[in-house]
Amino acid sequence: MSQMISLKIDGESILVPAGTTVMDAAEKIGIHIPRLCYHPDLSLEGNCRVCVVAVEGFDHGLASCATTAWEGMEVQTNSPMIRQARRDIVELLLDNHPKDCQTCDRDGNCELQNLSYRMGVRERLFEGKRKQFPIDDASASVVRNAEKCILCGRCIRVCGEVQGVFNLSQHGRGFTTVVGPANLGPMDESACIQCGQCVSVCPTAAFLEQDHTERVWKALGYRRTEKHVVVTTAPAIRAALGEAFGLPVGTPVTGKMVTALRRMGFDAIFDVNFSADLTIMEEAHELLKRLEGGGPLPLLTSCSPGWVSFLEKFYPEMIPHMSSCKSPMQMQSTLIKTYYAQQKGLDPKDVYVVSVMPCVAKKFEAARPEHQLDGVPTTDAVITTRELAQMIKSYGIDFQKLPDSDFDHPLGTSSGAGDIFGATGGVMEAALRTAAFKLTGKNLGNLELTEVRGVTGEIRETSVTLAGTTINVAVANGLQNAKVLLDAVKRGEKDYHLIEIMACPGGCICGGGQPYPPIGTYTMNRDLAKARANALYSIDSGKTLRCSHDNPDIQKLYADFLGEPLGPKAHELLHTHYTARTPRGIR
Amino acid sequence: MSACCQNTDNWAELERGYRAMLPEDVLAFIDGNQSQDHSESMLIATLHMVQGHYGYLSPGHLEAVAQLMQIPLAKVTGVATFYHYFRLQPRGKYLINVCLGTACYVKGAEKVAQKLTDELGIRFGETSKDGIFSLESTRCVGTCGLAPVVMIGDEVHGPLTPGQIPNLLEGYLARAAEDLVADQPR
Repeated sequence: MSQMISLKIDGESILVPAGTTVMDAAEKIGIHIPRLCYHPDLSLEGNCRVCVVAVEGFDHGLASCATTAWEGMEVQTNSPMIRQARRDIVELLLDNHPKDCQTCDRDGNCELQNLSYRMGVRERLFEGKRKQFPIDDASASVVRNAEKCILCGRCIRVCGEVQGVFNLSQHGRGFTTVVGPANLGPMDESACIQCGQCVSVCPTAAFLEQDHTERVWKALGYRRTEKHVVVTTAPAIRAALGEAFGLPVGTPVTGKMVTALRRMGFDAIFDVNFSADLTIMEEAHELLKRLEGGGPLPLLTSCSPGWVSFLEKFYPEMIPHMSSCKSPMQMQSTLIKTYYAQQKGLDPKDVYVVSVMPCVAKKFEAARPEHQLDGVPTTDAVITTRELAQMIKSYGIDFQKLPDSDFDHPLGTSSGAGDIFGATGGVMEAALRTAAFKLTGKNLGNLELTEVRGVTGEIRETSVTLAGTTINVAVANGLQNAKVLLDAVKRGEKDYHLIEIMACPGGCICGGGQPYPPIGTYTMNRDLAKARANALYSIDSGKTLRCSHDNPDIQKLYADFLGEPLGPKAHELLHTHYTARTPRGIR
Repeated sequence: MSACCQNTDNWAELERGYRAMLPEDVLAFIDGNQSQDHSESMLIATLHMVQGHYGYLSPGHLEAVAQLMQIPLAKVTGVATFYHYFRLQPRGKYLINVCLGTACYVKGAEKVAQKLTDELGIRFGETSKDGIFSLESTRCVGTCGLAPVVMIGDEVHGPLTPGQIPNLLEGYLARAAEDLVADQPR
């Protein structure tokens, strides 16, 4: 057992293990010291100084996040000197920050705004020079607005420590210090892989997603003779959308979400889960083909567009390993503009496809030239879960009171295997359910492969033996973890057959486009990830249809339209290719 | 890895391009360091060498250093923009250093500096469009008796008044023109 030390916080004695920070010690007795640059899942920077406390024997405040408690320490978290110092710090941050809260995207969930309220800042004292930087909106996914930046460095840390991309850094010094990609060039020419984790961890609006809500409102305003507007929702949306309307974390809201979309006026409401099932059909066959044909193995999953960009920039030599399957979103959009348009007798050019994604990188994916049909993108707009929540609120829909309703058909039927795509390990689990059926001719006795179910920041591996064939699999979320796996494969240390990689920690459920967690909790929080994942696992276990190959509408799609998995038509519509991209990422 | 794979690796081609951007001695320095532990700690030393060779650090130099040292480019440009010593624009033929030390300052260095920026049409840290002059400021060159002092190249000028600046610059422009003629192939 580690050594315990005793200290006093605000007069109260407390015993904590040696090595505990003052911030964590205070938390144990119910004192939440205000903080800003701190993030529990990132390295300590201690640069904002908001969490200062008074310590007996020191005539200046100490940053409680970065100060380890010592035996006999006496701490004051709310002495008059400390309250004043903390408020001064927040006031000084505000003095160099735009005064546009009412029109800011983060109004209501901005950590700086919340902090200034808590500190009792009621006026702005200094009207000095304020930093002025242009907005960088060159990227298809991420917008950087350095004027809103308070230099907390969370984006730099998440981009490097969690994603291994290291695309952001402080540039310059003093008053003109600014966070940005190399040379402060445009984001779309940088090593950025567009995962949007910088957006997730930013306490203000210095990083935001590209707004697609206006184009969706415009599409919904078309006369119905002009455009047939279809919406399709990713698996992870239903696990988190409720949070934006005050429902407890982990509440599945599939039925309410569909009702809301119908009220907003979409002509058809489909489920990307359908194409998740389809992805599994193609990917499982691809795996079996490579197992028979000698490779290249391991097969790498291709659903996560942040991960796809990462591969193209950081590990281009591994491109032949990547599954050629389009992501479920792109399969779905392609089918809407071909299979569905044919059924409805519509010209694909008159169909407008809106995808709702937990993801920021999907905006980039939709814009890739590979994903076009006759020169028109198959996906016309991608809105994040956050953007959908904003649109529902803007429409005036009382979400909590909505009745449930069902997706439209045929692209709305899905198995539980499609649902779990949103959580780390889910694609793997879904693929193994179908691979098992293909190899053994029957479904697994126990469909739940808990070995691959994980939470944020973990690498998991297991082996499954099916009809004499052993399949070694590994799962990673967070691209720093992907690096660990890929490097092990390259060094020949690991002999995997299938690797699932999702760019965001925890998978899509904690994607860069998911609702900001309530102030005081953070993205990458394990309980948050678990609760959202459990929402998907509960949907799966509550279904009788749990395997992609059992989905009757998938079977019908192959029989009526696609032919065989990996067949010529499937190849033409459902598969894509990848290219080495520059700037080459440094790993 | 399977032998069936087509080669999708762009590193060999990129590396050739990056190596072509840097002089031999810098490449040898980088190569020598890469096998050592903590090779990234040699970044500043490497940037000094590149600047010593070219007089400044272009975006291309920074990218080549980043890639060959395997340090993220954002980190490299972050370092290069943090330190005043590193120049990100080419240096002019003549470096003008205006002394803004205490003695020069009280003797009117600020007015001299203003005249220089007006005449050259550039700010401190910049280089004139014709590539002849770069303008910098410095703190005390140790000749306070001549305040206010301006150094051009390694020549010291002082005491100066704003009115003398145009003639002073003309002299250097004429020298630059002569050098240009002398450098012409006959």
